[in-house]
Amino acid sequence: MEFWNQELETLESQKLRQLQFERLKKTILRVYQKVPHYRAKFQEAKVKPSDIKHLEDINKLPFTTKEDLYVDYPFGLVTLPVEKLIRLHTSSGTTGKPKAIFFSKKDINNSADIIARCLVMTGAQRGDILQNSMTYGLFTGAFVMHYGAEKVGILVIPAGPGNTERQITLMKDFGTTVLHITPSYALYVASVILDKGIDPRKDLKLKRAYLGAEPYSEETRKKIENMLGIEIYNCYGLTEMNGPGVGFECKYKAGLHIWEDNFLMEVINPESGEPVKDGEIGELVLTTLNREAMPLIRYRTRDLTRIIPEPCKCGRTHRRISRILGRSDDMFIVKGVNIFPQQIEQVLMSIKGVAQNYQIILESYDEMTVKVEIDKELFDGKIERLIKMKEEIIDKIRSATMVKPKVELLEPGTLPISEGKAKRVIDNRTI
Amino acid sequence: MKIKQLSIFLENKRGRLYEALSALAKEGINIRALSIADTSEFGILRLIVTEPEKAKEILEKNEFTVKIANVIAMAVADKPGGLAEALKYLYDANINIEYIYAFVEKSGEKAVVVLRTENLDKTISLLQQKDIKLLSWDDVLAL
Repeated sequence: MEFWNQELETLESQKLRQLQFERLKKTILRVYQKVPHYRAKFQEAKVKPSDIKHLEDINKLPFTTKEDLYVDYPFGLVTLPVEKLIRLHTSSGTTGKPKAIFFSKKDINNSADIIARCLVMTGAQRGDILQNSMTYGLFTGAFVMHYGAEKVGILVIPAGPGNTERQITLMKDFGTTVLHITPSYALYVASVILDKGIDPRKDLKLKRAYLGAEPYSEETRKKIENMLGIEIYNCYGLTEMNGPGVGFECKYKAGLHIWEDNFLMEVINPESGEPVKDGEIGELVLTTLNREAMPLIRYRTRDLTRIIPEPCKCGRTHRRISRILGRSDDMFIVKGVNIFPQQIEQVLMSIKGVAQNYQIILESYDEMTVKVEIDKELFDGKIERLIKMKEEIIDKIRSATMVKPKVELLEPGTLPISEGKAKRVIDNRTI
Repeated sequence: MKIKQLSIFLENKRGRLYEALSALAKEGINIRALSIADTSEFGILRLIVTEPEKAKEILEKNEFTVKIANVIAMAVADKPGGLAEALKYLYDANINIEYIYAFVEKSGEKAVVVLRTENLDKTISLLQQKDIKLLSWDDVLAL
């Protein structure tokens, strides 16, 4: 089985656009009629639902930002009576209140159906055993994957994150074939597996893993793939848009298909709000096209990516985006230059002798310090090599970011190990 | 004629050298020679100890990063020019020295120097040809 829903997944582009437009019109009408805040926003922008005559007219509509989610909190953007809601998920707000997203029964079912497409797209099927090492809780990540996998007929182990010993025991005892996990935790679990002398190719049945919930580089993917002998698929989502499964890689692993019958995507210049040309990097903006309880119009994801306009070899007509290149929130400024942690990570992964963990420390506006652990296995006792390696790191980061960093080499195991979202940037600047 | 040396990566932070040495002391490992190469943030501690394999194990258990490397221990006359004479042979033969440091103990009337070069085998045969005394592992233990 190659497709979960072949008809929709391979719908001819023009028909797909037509379907998008029909669903967009319905969605706009729905929020205009049922959500006072949206009606007020539209009126302020002097636009009515009837002004949307083509798909492109979407840029007449105002953006939805996370601040809008706090207006008339918590039910303000909901289009159904509360008794029709069956689930709340929240997204960790760093500024006090969480973002509250509500789902109807149809919404939950639909998000599971989208995940089913994703799983089948990567070759997973009935008979697979999925160890779900994401957090079960307010965060959507684990639940949506759980329901989607059950829908396909996959046996789900609801492991949750952490307790690495138990994770490995579960893999061994039950023959886990698929992992759903964050990249930083995957790296850690993989290194523990190898430290224990377990040969994942022989002693485990792992075939593939879905990594999401935090940005990571292509180098990190290859590293974990090599450590465990598996295929890793990039997975994108956000609680505001159902959680995982908004975008997912097919077996060609060349960008993430966005399910365009469910989400209308735009990529904009985060400063001006204007669309960028197809293929240029910008902020991803998503509109839900198939959501009942809480539709969102032109939601600013803060995630940076670019559209890959070329058709994919897998035959799916839904366009792809590149892996997430960073969050505009992660971006930090040193010496007036915009820098993303992923740029630093990419450099570190390309250097032999450096271990997996790193931290960026900011103490002032014109200096960044990169702390990185040396690789135990590659330590050869020569100080010249360490000095050379440090210089190489400095040079490469400087050419990647235009800022010359301070680099500190640390003993392995010095930096905190992350079992969730890795905290890579420590910003101690006070002003 | 090669002897084993421990190289330990050390971050330049308070107490790290003490922690390494006290871990060895607790297990009765005796240090025969020691040197530190350092930069402003990190350094490498080099040790010749009585039981190198066991010492490595102890240090790794204490979360140090350790590598065992081969070095040469040579005995040179304890007088002005004693070491220079030996080094001149290496210089003439175009052999580069990676690092060098001294034992505390003497071997008879001679000073003992630890030496690591880019080519240990070539260094050993050259020094033996020139009648410079190289210490065996047993010699080192007997110091």
